[in-house]
Amino acid sequence: MIPTSFEYVRAKNLSDAFKLLGKHAKVIAGGHSLLPLLRFRLAQPDTLIDIGQLPQLKGIKKAGGGMKIGAATTYRELLESKELKALYPLIAEVTEHIGDLQVRNAGTIGGGLAHADPAADMPPVMLVLDAAFLLQSKAGKRTVSARKFFKGPFTTALKPNELLTEIQLPAPPKRTGMAYASFEQAASGYALAGAAALIAVANGMITRAELAFTGLADTPFLAPAAAKLVGTAGDELISQVAAAAVAGVEANDDIHANPVYRAHLATVAARRALTTALGRAR
Amino acid sequence: MKRPITLNVNGVARTTEVEPRALLAHVLRDQLDLTGTHIGCDTSQCGACTVHLDGRAVKSCTVLAVQAEGRAITTIEGLTPKGGLHPLQRAFWEKHGLQCGFCTPGMIMTAADLLAHNPKPSEAEIRHALEGNLCRCTGYQNIVAAIQTAAAGR
Ligand SMILES: Cc1cc2nc3c(=O)[nH]c(=O)nc-3n(C[C@H](O)[C@H](O)[C@H](O)COP(=O)(O)OP(=O)(O)OC[C@H]3O[C@@H](n4cnc5c(N)ncnc54)[C@H](O)[C@@H]3O)c2cc1C
Ligand code: FES
Ligand code: FES
Repeated sequence: MIPTSFEYVRAKNLSDAFKLLGKHAKVIAGGHSLLPLLRFRLAQPDTLIDIGQLPQLKGIKKAGGGMKIGAATTYRELLESKELKALYPLIAEVTEHIGDLQVRNAGTIGGGLAHADPAADMPPVMLVLDAAFLLQSKAGKRTVSARKFFKGPFTTALKPNELLTEIQLPAPPKRTGMAYASFEQAASGYALAGAAALIAVANGMITRAELAFTGLADTPFLAPAAAKLVGTAGDELISQVAAAAVAGVEANDDIHANPVYRAHLATVAARRALTTALGRAR
Repeated sequence: MKRPITLNVNGVARTTEVEPRALLAHVLRDQLDLTGTHIGCDTSQCGACTVHLDGRAVKSCTVLAVQAEGRAITTIEGLTPKGGLHPLQRAFWEKHGLQCGFCTPGMIMTAADLLAHNPKPSEAEIRHALEGNLCRCTGYQNIVAAIQTAAAGR
């Protein structure tokens, strides 16, 4: 199908984009979540504001031990950054498996995060890394933690007049291992259930443990159960923690996986991600 | 409302009138007569519509024509040198990398992006790169062989 009619404006700069933003206007970056919705007429905006080529929203730079990524940086551009891969190997690992080559050439990290698909691969990575998102509007700017950004399926802390402009990654703690494990829906590549883990180790003991899920519930979330690993050597506890992290979660139900099966997949993904992260930390 | 746009397609500036909602794949085929770009699905999954935007393979059914204004578009027609075949086209022919041929333009455009950035890919890398291109005929084996042949001949 083709989308319903709309006006198209290419923003010349950020303030131009802010001026145009409003209730019936939507921004388009790579268009790889938005255009499928428009084609099925699930979204019918009056105006599209193209921010995909704005140089102010592109690029990856070092910042105080961490890094900053412009929201309109494509997945392909993430993969081409050796610096990003060196500091956050988890981002490269996950990005390589988002969609396919053509999707990674067009899709942007900010577009994916703003879209907030409950089964997207990048949100749990942002949660375990404790990233922060810079949100800007005509009125000013604010920083929101990734942990407070995802509110529900396709729902975020973004206000209609705001843009996500930058992803801010804090310096990873010393001796950290990170990993992601997921079970993909074969046709789309989206996660039926996926888990990201980050573990820091000192003197053989875990000093920090983070675990986040995607695809499991109506929004990606951080599992508090991971904290039980802190102060231990990990190993035997990991299976227990993976099970505890999933227990009591209201798992999604669709034609691809019922809640019991999905919770099982999530438990296995969590165990694998934690085990791999711990191995990498040591 | 229709508006005039100028697209840089295969090195030539082409002016046409489009609605903002027009998909690049439709404009290429129906307005610019570049029917080498195929459309095989409605869900951005088959890759038959793959073209290059600024040298990168993208699915032209998932790009608005207006989004492509000001960027360099290359279609399968633009990949083919005058009076000859591109090394990938020749390799697909030699290795029997097609049966009905519907997926072939997209396969070749994706493979061209792969080889431009990774001239000697492993078999696993080729298969990974082709994840967004579906073929209902060949079983992929000969497509992979064709891309390996083209890579070896460079
Ligand atoms: C075939 C296919 C397979 C895919 N497979 C996967 C997969 O395996 N895993 C996965 O995680 N994802 C997958 N995706 C989704 C892909 O990751 C997203 O399409 C992409 O990341 C979205 O980015 P975009 O720039 O294309 O966003 P757009 O489509 O341009 O925008 C998406 C939404 O975010 C809004 N938006 C965009 N940028 C901003 C901004 N800076 N500030 C505020 N709002 C903004 C838009 O208004 C829109 O509502 C797939 C997509 C396709 C088409
Ligand atoms: S027609 Fe574009 S992906 Fe199928
Ligand atoms: S050759 Fe027929 S679809 Fe690939």
